[in-house]
Amino acid sequence: MVDAMAFYSQHEVAILIVILGLVTLATRAGGYLVLARFKRIPAPLQAGLEAVPAAVITTLVLPPALTAGPAEMIAMVVAGFACLRLPPIAVIVLGIGLLVVLRQLGL
Amino acid sequence: MNRNIPNSDVAASTTQREEAFAGLRDLIPLIFPVTAFGTIYGTASVAAGHSIAMTVWASAVMYAGASQFVFLDVYRLGVPAWSVVLAVFAVNFRHILYSAAVANKINHFPPLAKLASFFLLTDLQFAVVEKRFENFSGRRLITLTYYFAFGIAAYLLWIVATAIGALFGSLIEDPALVGLDFVLPIYFLSILMGFRARRNFLPVVLVSAVVAVAVEKTLGAPWHISIGALCGVATAILLSLSGGGKALAAAEEGSANG
Repeated sequence: MVDAMAFYSQHEVAILIVILGLVTLATRAGGYLVLARFKRIPAPLQAGLEAVPAAVITTLVLPPALTAGPAEMIAMVVAGFACLRLPPIAVIVLGIGLLVVLRQLGL
Repeated sequence: MNRNIPNSDVAASTTQREEAFAGLRDLIPLIFPVTAFGTIYGTASVAAGHSIAMTVWASAVMYAGASQFVFLDVYRLGVPAWSVVLAVFAVNFRHILYSAAVANKINHFPPLAKLASFFLLTDLQFAVVEKRFENFSGRRLITLTYYFAFGIAAYLLWIVATAIGALFGSLIEDPALVGLDFVLPIYFLSILMGFRARRNFLPVVLVSAVVAVAVEKTLGAPWHISIGALCGVATAILLSLSGGGKALAAAEEGSANG
């Protein structure tokens, strides 16, 4: 297990969290402060903005899925298909449950 | 405009109570998912090495499920702080669109209340405000009372759920044994799949994925996040410029406007 405290002091983590809170608040007020002033958002910009979350999250999902073992791979693939039918909470419970079983089986 | 809730009036105070009840009532179907996610976050945060106090602090200050999970995940990589900030900013990008959409519905709030309402503007808050506005076909304003009754209750629920999760997580000796070390990838996968109906979903995901893996193998973390995501966004912009996105949308929905 990676110890999160290894990189920064407790004090620094608390401050980092405040900065992240301000960044979050900035995005939540940002549309009101900036985008609402535009009468129309250009189509390419709109397409780019819409793509941001999927693009970022892809980069967070892929490396752990590819570098982990077969149990993790199977759990991810099954969870991916489960997303087509189940709400996120159910997918997480199913995926983690399956992963625990597969690890117990020695995969 | 912002005097639409005069509290000296008896009739208005009845309306206020109704508005507060409406806000709380709209939270009822969301109690389970909010509690579940908060608990999962608390458990995952403690499993990642954060203290119970720091975990609750993150929920109280950030109050954004996705941001908090990204913080846990990116922070774990031991990368510089700026890349954690950038990743959280990028994942929160959708909130810019939310706030633009909600702006005209809460424009009558006083300035400080407006700031507080942006702090509370989660995915769920956005969803209930849009739904309530839709229900009244825009004939009724979203009141301060409604917004904050829902918002504050949801905020407190999130913090309590996080604390419960953190306490629970601190009792677990080996997080890997119960699969807690892999909650984040599966959580992100479920969020990612939620975007699958958006235009350009497949090309964006494919380009981001290929670039992220290639960059992780060469430059290493955290560059795979920013460069991978930038290439995915560039793909969406290029497709839109070339009309590819339009053609795709037209083929899928039989509609000509992308």
